[in-house]
Amino acid sequence: MYQELILEHYKHPQGRGLREPYDAEVHHVNPTCGDEVTMRVKLGDGGKVLDVSYDGQGCSISQAAASVLHELATGSTVHESLSVVDEFTRLMQGRGQVEADEDVLGDAVAFAGVAKFPARVKCALLAWMAYKDALVRSQA
Amino acid sequence: MTSAAPFDVERIRKDFPILSRELPGGRPLVYLDSGNSSQKPTLVIETMREHLAQHYGNVGRALHALGSESTEAYEGARDKIAAFIGAPSRDEVIFTKNASESINLVAYAFGNPINTDERFKVGPGDEIVISEMEHHSNIVPWQLLAQRTGATLRWFPVTDEGRLDIEGLNELVNERTKIVSIVHQSNVLGTVNSESPILARVREVGALMMLDASQSVPHQAVDVAELGVDFVAFTGHKMVGPSGIGVLWGRRELLDAMPPFLGGGEMIEAVWMDHSTYAPVPHKFEAGTPPIVEAVGLGAAVDYLTSVGMEEIKQHEKELTGYALDALQEVNGLRIIGPRTVVARGGTVSFTMEGIHPHDVGQILDDVYGIAVRVGHHCARPLHLRFGIPATTRASFYLYNTTAEIDALVRGLHHVQKVFG
Repeated sequence: MYQELILEHYKHPQGRGLREPYDAEVHHVNPTCGDEVTMRVKLGDGGKVLDVSYDGQGCSISQAAASVLHELATGSTVHESLSVVDEFTRLMQGRGQVEADEDVLGDAVAFAGVAKFPARVKCALLAWMAYKDALVRSQA
Repeated sequence: MTSAAPFDVERIRKDFPILSRELPGGRPLVYLDSGNSSQKPTLVIETMREHLAQHYGNVGRALHALGSESTEAYEGARDKIAAFIGAPSRDEVIFTKNASESINLVAYAFGNPINTDERFKVGPGDEIVISEMEHHSNIVPWQLLAQRTGATLRWFPVTDEGRLDIEGLNELVNERTKIVSIVHQSNVLGTVNSESPILARVREVGALMMLDASQSVPHQAVDVAELGVDFVAFTGHKMVGPSGIGVLWGRRELLDAMPPFLGGGEMIEAVWMDHSTYAPVPHKFEAGTPPIVEAVGLGAAVDYLTSVGMEEIKQHEKELTGYALDALQEVNGLRIIGPRTVVARGGTVSFTMEGIHPHDVGQILDDVYGIAVRVGHHCARPLHLRFGIPATTRASFYLYNTTAEIDALVRGLHHVQKVFG
């Protein structure tokens, strides 16, 4: 479960910290464990994701997942990044039975092991669900 | 029953079949989560199996042989529990689903239009007092009561050491106070609260007092008559009994004055289409078919604990706690949340580790070493907010734990630090 890549992102989070400007900000919490994330999204022309900035607290899985998301989504497009979110969600909710599509997921494939721990799946998904929510609000 | 032999933890461990199982990957089980729920001895498992296999029938309402055997076992369990907690009368022992239900039952008697007893009248201007170290089960029912009635919810603060801060007692508990409900032993801090100074003030102002004894009844001899409070709640599954059975003890005279909580079968005396009269306590509060086998199992749990001896159990846990407090304080960056000595303290030790989230601590302890601890806020979120932390890791001990298991915990924590270092 604790892949080197996850630990690396946890110890050295990428793109952490809330930045201006942004189109939408969301705050998501995981009530059972108290993990939380605040996320901002800034979109540009043609559905380009200019920035994903975030802050939060929680376990290594939830914080590393936010860092990996930042890397994957920033510079991508809304359309492309949503397909990564969908694949990541499918992997996480697959109870460890789903074969991950590494081409779509990139570094996020490191979280495959988390899917075997139902109690931790929501940790991995916290930032990704926040991102999806932020996109909806940005486009509203 | 008196203690048959000197306390021998290895002998006791043999009474709990689960403790000798292996986890996947050949990990031995190190169970340090009894504050969450305890494991069950063979006596409890076999007594329940035997009841289901040989004596099962509904209680109170079936006149046949099985009905009477089942009723005898169910009511016999009540006798055992009454004796175990020193209840002046067996009828003061009410079976509930758990401690939460016991507390809700009492809270529901207050500010209830069908209860005309002055002591239970609650409205705007009246006050309910709890503490900052409560489990959610001793917070939310009182919040609901305050919302229903317009009363004000107030609470004792907690000191940095993790003790109840009763400096403001005389102001906090005053003539507007209707009920004070506090935890006997904290499920996070391990702190054992002394009820006596609070009770003295409660009596001065004519209020009532309840203790949430979910974490004390399993670990020390609790005598409700000696405590002198009005209500005591606890649960079966934390005291080597099954889940699904809890207890409310209350003073007879108060229970008589209280309205039923749930309406239904067997809680009545007579029913007409437009009204009913109710059975005397305890059955007034036991609507519907109760958890029969669970009650019988709890009776066996009490037999088991009594045969080991509550004093012996308390002493064993005190030794474990002292050993754990010393060993854990040697771990760099580990901060104990709660008293750091064994004085007025039970075997529940919660802590944080610098830079490492409790979920990660718990996951690695389990995955690598088979060590079961609880991580999170342990249903005591306000207490964690008080200490400015989102969560803790909690090790909780019981009669079957050993110092070797505490050594394993410490080794596990060093490994956790290596992974995240």
